[in-house]
Parts: sequence; C-alpha cells; structure tokens
Amino acid sequence: MIKRIRHVVIKEFIQLFRDRRMKAIIFVIPVMQLIVFGYAVTTDVKDISTAVYDLDRSSESRELFRRLEASGYFRIGYHVSSPFEIQGLMDRGEITVAVQINHGFSSDLKRGNQAAVQVLLDGTDSNTATVAMDYANRIITKYAKDLGTGRIAVSPFGVELRERAWYNPELRSKNYNVPGVIAFVIMLTCLLLTSMAVVREREIGTMEQLMVTPIRPVEFILGKTIPFALIGFFEMLLVTAIALLKFDIPMKGSFLLLFASTAIYLLSVLGMGLFISTIARTQQQALMATFLFYVPAVLLSGFMFPIENMPEVIQYGTYLNPLRYFLVIIRGIFLKNSGLAVLWPQILSLFMLGILVITVSSMRFRKRMR
Amino acid sequence: MSRYISNNIIPAIKTSGLTKTFGDTIAVDGLNLEIRKGELFGLVGPDGAGKTTAIRMLSAIMEPTKGEAWVAGHSVISEGETVKEKIGYMSQRFGLYEDLTVIENILFYADLYDVPKKERPLRIESLLGFSNLTPFQDRLAGRLSGGMKQKLGLACTLIHTPEVLFLDEPTNGVDPVSRRDFWKILYDLLKEGVTIFASTSYLDEAERCTRVCLMNKGSILMDDNPAAIKRSLGLPMFEMWSDEARKAAEIIKTVKGVHSASLYGNKLHVAVNSRELMDDIIIELGRSGITIRGHREILPSIEDIFISRVERQ
Repeated sequence: MIKRIRHVVIKEFIQLFRDRRMKAIIFVIPVMQLIVFGYAVTTDVKDISTAVYDLDRSSESRELFRRLEASGYFRIGYHVSSPFEIQGLMDRGEITVAVQINHGFSSDLKRGNQAAVQVLLDGTDSNTATVAMDYANRIITKYAKDLGTGRIAVSPFGVELRERAWYNPELRSKNYNVPGVIAFVIMLTCLLLTSMAVVREREIGTMEQLMVTPIRPVEFILGKTIPFALIGFFEMLLVTAIALLKFDIPMKGSFLLLFASTAIYLLSVLGMGLFISTIARTQQQALMATFLFYVPAVLLSGFMFPIENMPEVIQYGTYLNPLRYFLVIIRGIFLKNSGLAVLWPQILSLFMLGILVITVSSMRFRKRMR
Repeated sequence: MSRYISNNIIPAIKTSGLTKTFGDTIAVDGLNLEIRKGELFGLVGPDGAGKTTAIRMLSAIMEPTKGEAWVAGHSVISEGETVKEKIGYMSQRFGLYEDLTVIENILFYADLYDVPKKERPLRIESLLGFSNLTPFQDRLAGRLSGGMKQKLGLACTLIHTPEVLFLDEPTNGVDPVSRRDFWKILYDLLKEGVTIFASTSYLDEAERCTRVCLMNKGSILMDDNPAAIKRSLGLPMFEMWSDEARKAAEIIKTVKGVHSASLYGNKLHVAVNSRELMDDIIIELGRSGITIRGHREILPSIEDIFISRVERQ
C-alpha cells in the first residue's frame, strides 16, 4: 500500500516539474499574489493629493503646509485662490484633502487666541478620509505644541459622504492583510492543483486505465494529494518568508503551531479540491468550480466583511469555510502570539471540517464507472 | 508461459444474461458468452452496439445492471479486484501519461501491478522488443506517433503478464502498417496462451480472429469462426461492376428474389436466392440503360454477411 502510494507520488512530482505551467502555478503565482496584494491591498494612506487655500499668507501658514508635505502623507499639488476651486478639484477627484487657513491665522497665534485651520475631506472613501483626518490632526497638533501655544483648532467639516463602496473597519492594513493573503494563496494553489490533477487523469483517459489496475481508491487519493500537501507546505514557507523579510510582518507566535495548523488547514483545502474533482469532468469545469468555491470563500471569510454583519443564513454557511477559521488562527499567531489555549476552538473546527470533507469526497470517489 | 496452460475446463470468460442499461437505453442486452482459454475473440459491430460497455463490465470497472460474468474464473461483481489482477485492459483511447517517457510509463504500471523487481528487466526488454520501442524508451510518450502510442499502451497493459487481454478498438485511427504490426503482436501473445478479447469496427480485422461475434443494439446476432460465418449466408453471391453502381443497386433491390445488394465503390455485392436470377437482373438493368461491365460469383466476406444481417435486423 505504502509502496503504491509512493509510486503515484513520484509520478505526480515528475509530471509537475515537467509542466512549465504547473511550475508557474507553484512558484510564480503565489509570490506575485503576495507582493501585489501586500502592496496594493492596503488601507495605509500616503501621498494624499492635497490642495491648500492660504488666505493668511504668513510664514506660520507656510510652515504648517511645509510640515504637512514633509510628513509624506500629503502631497500638495494645488494652491488655490477660491473655495470654488476646491469644490471643483474635489468633484473631479483630483484632490482628497483641502486645507484652508483663513486670514488672521498668524495674528491669532501671536496674540495667543485660538487659531483655526479648516480641513476639507472627500468622504467618498471613508477610510482614507478618516485616516487623512487623523494624520492632519496629529501634524497640526504637533505644530501647535512646537509653537508653544497649543491653540490651533482643527475644524473638520465638509466631510460629505457621497457613497460607500465598501468598508474596512481595520486601519492596520499590511499586518492585517498579509497573513490573510498567505491563507488565500495556499488555498488557491492547492485547490487548483488537486482538482486539476485528478480531472486531468479523467480527461486524458488514464483514469479508466488506473481503475483496471489493482490500485485501491485510498492509495490513489493519497498518492494524488500528498504531493500537493507537500507543495502546500512549501508554499507556506515561501510566502511566510517573503512576508517576514519583505513586508516586515511581525511574527509574534510559534512557528510550530503555525505549521501544525497549516497541516490541518490543508486537510480541508485538499478535501475540497478532491470534491471538485469528483464533480468536474473536464479541466475547464474544475477551474470554474474552483473559482466558484474560492471567491465566495474569500469574500465570506471575514477578511473584508465581518461575519457578524452578514445575514444569519450566510453566517451559518461560513462554518463550512476553512478560511473562516484559518484566518483567525494565522492572524492570532502572527500578530497576537495566540497559543493553543486561545485558538483551540478554531483548530478543532478546522480539523473536523477537514475530516468531513475528506470523508465525503473519498466516498464519492469510486473505482467503477456508472 | 506455463502459467497460462493451467486447466482448460474453466472458460477464460463466461457471461450469463449480462445486461447494462443507462436510463431507458439498453446498452448490453442479456449477453451469454463462453470463451475458452487461448481464443482470439473478436467483437464486431457498428458504433453504439454496446461493445465498449460489454468490455468495461468484463474488466470490472462498470457494474452490470443485471446478470453476471466471470473472467479467469472470478466474478466481476464480487471479485472485481481479483479479476483486475488477472487481466489487461486497453481502453479505446489508452491513457498514456504524455509527459512521461516511454520507460517511465511502463515502470509506473509495473509499480502499480507490483511486478517483482527481479522479473522487470527481462519483461521490459521483451515488451520493448516486440513493440519496437527500444530505441524510443527515453522519448516522451506525447511525442510518439499514433501507432507507437498504441504499442506502448499494449506494452503497459502486458507488464503484469495478464491471462486475459481486453482490447477496445485497439487499432482505431492507426495506419494500416502499424495495424498489421499490432496484429502480429497479438498472434505472438496468442501463442503464449493469452486469451484475447478485442472489439473492432474493422471487418478485415475480424477475419483475423479465431472467433467472431457480431453485436448490434446490445445483442449478439452471430457468433462463430470466420469460415463458418462466411458460409452462413447459404445463398450464392455475385460481384458486379458498373459505372453507375449506385443507381444499379437501387434497381437490383427491387428485383424479386434478391436478398441484398451492397455497394463497394463501383462494385456491387448481390446475394440472390438462385443463380438463374442473375439473367433477370441484367435484363432489368438493361431496360434502365445501365450496362454491366461483368459479374462473377464470389465467396461472401464477413463484411457482406454482417451488412446483410444488420440490415435484416
């Protein structure tokens, strides 16, 4: 039995490494995904396009603008001379922030009166608006402190909310995103590889040929999934290394726990891949089915939208989503140094889900045709 | 070789009322067969006759709806896995791993069948030898010609020295020269005592079998050796040449006493109740302005017999 499994595993690896597209799926795509997501899927705010409206024209107002720009968060691209210009720029989406300093700013400061700065924000993207407001506030407060007055009031008005495409309640974006992306990358690669590898045998006719050999279904299933489990682990190492070295994600918890829970996570991912391969007849169908599963799994994982906010029916559905558990686990380990004591409910659920999925798919897998 | 010459009492293949239905369609309808060891059994029939379904059931990869079958003395229903160890099965489109080399393909099947390591070198050498694949053993299977792929498929099926070999349209889409080579290999296997069960839609191949069975719409119409089948018509058959063979065939079919008339290019094969009828036919054709370049009596081919039987059904 072990011998036969080993032979299938070896065969699978030979095939994998001879196929250039497969190599791309294994090596290039995960790294690319992580880098693209790591940089692009970010809610950090930098280089915010800003207009300034300076009615005071004093050294103090210029100094404040200089500080805004020097922070790196604001890029002052427009010096306007009327409020209508601000309106126009914001309507066209050319600026997100406008800072207006009224006449009397410097004299108020000198006299020790309360000086006012008006910050106008485009609230279309509420995240950016909130973050920009926060940054501006900090810089202006710091400036006031340096002047020794502490008397600048920032009036945040004109925050008009036109629409809300989505919302992201978190502001620590990279630390929050990258561990999630690790989970996604492993899932996509392993799902694709498993479902495609089995369906390919069916498509090219080797499956019929294998059915007539004395190989047992369990030997075939293990022989087919072990290579992808190993690749899943390799992927984990690769992507984690990039996350730590390239994105400076803090790794506060235990590597051992991370790998153990990855193994449990792979159980359900490979099981899902296997399940897809029992319903799909062609590689295209397998590809379609993989994405039909993967996209909702990501959307309903709690990564972008909190599960508590979903309709109750869908909330129940997410119990079948391995990502739901693994995201909690991987973030807990990376960011909070959570141990088994905290994560055991997730790990146990993930394990039971894995056993369930593997059992169902193995039962659907037969050595006979209908 | 000696393992094949065990007792000859147990038939290599036996079926009893073997039936397979897919929904409302009956693919195989109550098949009763008994095939002795060492036979080269040819299952002939048009596409959709149920040949593949029959072979799949006998190879224990498809559950029969009704009936039972025994291969190499074991039930395909209750002892499917034992049957699988004793047979070789080459499906219509033998699935080779095209990204593995010739030798890797063979070794993979050797591994699956647990062929002992000691026996392998000799076995592989002889399989590569008879299939003329020795010079190509490191070539990727995907880069072989159609005929070579077919032979590699056969080599993979034979790696574990099966007692019964099932071939589903093995030479479909293979060039005539490769087809001849392939049949030569089958004869060599037959000498070793292997029982071969092959389906084919080439009727010239049927003549090479020791026993031929005509299948149509799931049931068996004829089952005998090729010579007996050829005699089975029991009517004289004539070959005729005409430039307007198609038109001639239409007219001939209307003549009373004509059993069948089938077209082979510009030739016609006509089965008649009596030899005297030929004169009537020629007169009848003359009336329609069709001239006959000549005619002679021939021994019907298996094709003639089968066409006439299938048409009658």
